[in-house]
Amino acid sequence: MTLNLRGSAAILKNELTRFFRTAFGSIVSPVLTTSLYFIVFGAAIGGRIQEIDGVSYGAFIVPGLLMLTLLSESTSNASFGIYMPKFTGAIYELLSAPVGVAETLIGFVGAAALKSLIIAAIILVTALFFVDYTIAHPLFALGYVVLVAAAFSLFGFVLGLWADGFERLQIVPMLILTPLTFLGGTFYSIDMLAEPWRTVAQLNPIFYLINGLRWTFTGTSDVPIGVAFGMTLAFVVICIAIIAYIFRTGWRLRE
Amino acid sequence: MVRDIADPILEIRGLQKTYPNGPTALGGVDLSIRKGEIFALLGPNGAGKTTLIGSVCGLVNPTGGTISAFGHDLARDWRRVRSRIGLVPQELSFDMFDKVIRQVRYSRGLFGLPNDEARIEEVLRSLSLWDKRDEPIRKLSGGMKRRVMIAKALAHDPDLLFLDEPTAGVDVELRRDMWDQIGALRDRGTTIILTTHYIEEAEEMADRVGVINKGRILLVDDKAAIMAKLGRTEAHFTLAAPLDSLPDAIAHYPVVLEQGGFRLTYRGGDGTGKGKREVAELAQDLVRAGIAYTGLETAESTLEEIFVGLLNEQEKAA
Ligand SMILES: Nc1ncnc2c1ncn2[C@@H]1O[C@H](COP(=O)(O)OP(=O)(O)OP(=O)(O)O)[C@@H](O)[C@H]1O
Ligand SMILES: [Mg+2]
Repeated sequence: MTLNLRGSAAILKNELTRFFRTAFGSIVSPVLTTSLYFIVFGAAIGGRIQEIDGVSYGAFIVPGLLMLTLLSESTSNASFGIYMPKFTGAIYELLSAPVGVAETLIGFVGAAALKSLIIAAIILVTALFFVDYTIAHPLFALGYVVLVAAAFSLFGFVLGLWADGFERLQIVPMLILTPLTFLGGTFYSIDMLAEPWRTVAQLNPIFYLINGLRWTFTGTSDVPIGVAFGMTLAFVVICIAIIAYIFRTGWRLRE
Repeated sequence: MVRDIADPILEIRGLQKTYPNGPTALGGVDLSIRKGEIFALLGPNGAGKTTLIGSVCGLVNPTGGTISAFGHDLARDWRRVRSRIGLVPQELSFDMFDKVIRQVRYSRGLFGLPNDEARIEEVLRSLSLWDKRDEPIRKLSGGMKRRVMIAKALAHDPDLLFLDEPTAGVDVELRRDMWDQIGALRDRGTTIILTTHYIEEAEEMADRVGVINKGRILLVDDKAAIMAKLGRTEAHFTLAAPLDSLPDAIAHYPVVLEQGGFRLTYRGGDGTGKGKREVAELAQDLVRAGIAYTGLETAESTLEEIFVGLLNEQEKAA
């Protein structure tokens, strides 16, 4: 029998319904947070910071903040998406249904990525109220954003599978993702860093994600764009490999 | 003990499950289910009922054995097999904030079927849930929630339905109602496997009963045959004068002296009426032998007592 795409569609629809049921909270909080960043860093402090590579500081941080939102929204959407049925026991239905790894991923990861893309779009619109920015390579930007949303929704899915409590769900984004995003150049170019921090910063995978996205916006980047794209793709492949392994062994899902 | 069934809808062979650093929940289970029957799996807490169901439904990874359904091997053709199986688990578990009808539609989609509002309405109506279709599930009573679980399991018209303790926590009236629902499903051709602690439930509903304990099936047979094989008649004769030993005239009966020789107890029969006949003959033999008695009580054991007796027998044998 072939792939059960109706099953994927059912999961996707179910997840989106959950999102729109709580649409107010899901949308307001990232928009508010991002607006605060723009007000504090873009308008208040940014005015005193000189241009970076010919780009105003306000416009420089737009891709960084977009990435910050994409990473945290994708991760938390997907991790909660799969963790909730584990928590309530509703996972029994997924396990008993004719859906496999592929269908489950399309449903959950697709929904999580879609949700964070919706929020990303809203954030970009919000940013227009605070700074003037242009997108140098719009198609690349779109492709990049979709890829990153997919990659981190996959990552979130793995996290949700692995987590056995709400604490664990939140600890990884809080202790790993957010610091790495901040240190990955959301608010600065690594040219501003002195050694050894400049080298250390390049060990951070999120540094490449942010710079890849920044290139699509401003046409400038701290690293070659090919390297940034390559790192992002590698991340997606690793996540899919881990998930395939988890499903094959039934780890954490099937007793 | 396991009789081979021609063309079974479900065939389990040597099924084993040992949980990681846990107990052996299933120690080699063989079971064949007939198409169209209601099969009751009866066993105490921790017997392995849920594990057995979980192994067929994809919730548990068995550590050994084979399962095939509808003539297909479950391990190989899992997509095809699972699309025809429905499961109502023991615990209530769903998105409590979602609406009844949406959850039922979701289940149908998950199993790969196109939406069919007419069928969804039919399922909801058959479970008296139609009026509640737009309620969030959390607002429903416990019994109604359980019906939502059943509606979800029926949304894809399964040919084989598992009900893990369908009437746990349901009041007497609702339980009878649930039995009617299950009966109606069987009449439509659905094969049903249910687990229960309520003997009356198995007695009322099942065509066949399987008794499971400590991960082993002790007995599988037609409900009536189980009664015939193991039904016990117990009769107590209160004697006018105590006896020191059993007189030869009645020694061939399964009788013992109790309470210092004041009571003669018969335990025997097979549930077909043999017990009552023998007690009547015994009574005449007592009169002929000149043994007077002042009282006689007889009782037929229920499935529950049979079941407890079976467990004891197994423990003695072990
Ligand atoms: N996830 C698990 N991990 C470890 N052991 C388990 C797990 N699930 C069940 N067991 C054990 O396996 C055995 C069989 O459990 P199971 O739930 O199948 O019994 P049951 O017959 O359904 O009992 P009940 O009537 O109480 O529902 C028990 O000893 C139980 O403790
Ligand atoms: Mg159980």
